[in-house]
Amino acid sequence: MAPPTSRHSSFSRKAQFSLFTGYVLAGAGALAGAALLAISLFNPGAFSGLRSVASDVAAPAGELGAEARTGSQGLFASLAGYFYSGSRNAALREENEIARIRLAEAEAVRAENARLKALLGLRDDAVKPVVMARLIGSTSSSTRRFAYLSAGRSDGVAPGMPVRSPRGLVGRVLETGASSSRVLLLTDSESLVPVRRVKGDVVAFAEGRADGTLRLRLVNLGINPIKTGDVFVTSGAGGLYRPGIAVAVATKINRDGAIARVLSDPAATDFVAVDPIWQPEAQAVSHAQQRRVQP
Amino acid sequence: MPEYRSSTRRDRYGSQINRAHSPLIALILPWASIVLGSLTPLLPLISSMPLLPPMGFIMLLAWRLVRPGLLPVWAGFPLGLIDDMFSGQPLGNAILLWSLTLLALDQFEARIPWVGFAQEWLVATVVIVIYIVASGFIAGAMLPNLMSLLVPQLVLSILLFPVFGRLVAILDRFRLRRFRTIG
Repeated sequence: MAPPTSRHSSFSRKAQFSLFTGYVLAGAGALAGAALLAISLFNPGAFSGLRSVASDVAAPAGELGAEARTGSQGLFASLAGYFYSGSRNAALREENEIARIRLAEAEAVRAENARLKALLGLRDDAVKPVVMARLIGSTSSSTRRFAYLSAGRSDGVAPGMPVRSPRGLVGRVLETGASSSRVLLLTDSESLVPVRRVKGDVVAFAEGRADGTLRLRLVNLGINPIKTGDVFVTSGAGGLYRPGIAVAVATKINRDGAIARVLSDPAATDFVAVDPIWQPEAQAVSHAQQRRVQP
Repeated sequence: MPEYRSSTRRDRYGSQINRAHSPLIALILPWASIVLGSLTPLLPLISSMPLLPPMGFIMLLAWRLVRPGLLPVWAGFPLGLIDDMFSGQPLGNAILLWSLTLLALDQFEARIPWVGFAQEWLVATVVIVIYIVASGFIAGAMLPNLMSLLVPQLVLSILLFPVFGRLVAILDRFRLRRFRTIG
């Protein structure tokens, strides 16, 4: 059945005018949208202030949700635990024995390490994170990969700072609000991280593909030395990330590098550490880059 | 006797005597539910690829198709602006595409004024496919795997659309409930 349409607005002048005004406003809205889109494509940093204010306002609600996520994961894990308790118990006992032996070995290695370092006169400067914060959420329906972080300018977070989880690098801070900030995840198509292989001196760039994997591109072209299962860490080139943070493991080899899986799964981590920029001189460069990268 | 009473005094929106609609809820509910849809990036779901349907857009589409004439044609600008704040797309993406969607659906309705489940699902499918592919090109045109990347999201959005239609129908009944007591 055809419903009575709202378009033919009878003989009422008032109704006709309001219909017309509606179309004019809608057309103007579409044009304004096109103009804003053009501005933000050519000058990506243009509206970062507006976005930061909006995410500051909405972040507290997101943080509540993030807490609930951690809680519910614990609940499911403990429910599943009942089903496997017997076999798992035996497996764990065996694993524990082995772990004890390994621990003793590690102790020995650590002692030797300290001795050798003292011999060389090296200093152990562990990096102290700027702040520990929660990942609130991510742009899960866009092809750009951003995450929202529950710490901002007031906690000392600044654009360019690396964000890492216990399992490896997550990304870097892109925009900061007062109490929340936006993180460019490793898998975003604009993210580019200099990496090297753990064993040997293979240097590459890790480029996001927006689907949970990275594309590793070798700096020195020639015979591709990468093998499936090779682990890559940050190389420290560029000065943003300190060297030695785990990034990805190669899963598929191609002609000029490999496709790699990201080691840190942001979905499985609730707390992340925001590190200071490794070489402060890199901050200026990162600001210049920032302008190019932002959405 | 009680049955007789209930059928005269009550309808699906509550008691008819001594009660009236709340103008605030009747006005705000469609807008608020679309804004809530736009806020899904703040849900604690951290995915490494685009997977969730664009909730804000799907809510807008569901309101437009289930309840034509409720949202004004210009609603794309304010609602799209809020969506752009959180979606991760370049600002202006939702403003432009949402405004164009509302204008296009208005023109479509003028030519084909019928309504029906299958027809509306088909219309929604076409609109959703155009929206997701256009947004993908605006944000990540340089990605070589763009099309295969969008497929799971497209399938999920199209299959879930009828569910959102039902959700909007429930919200619409709630919108017109008589909350206010007169006298």
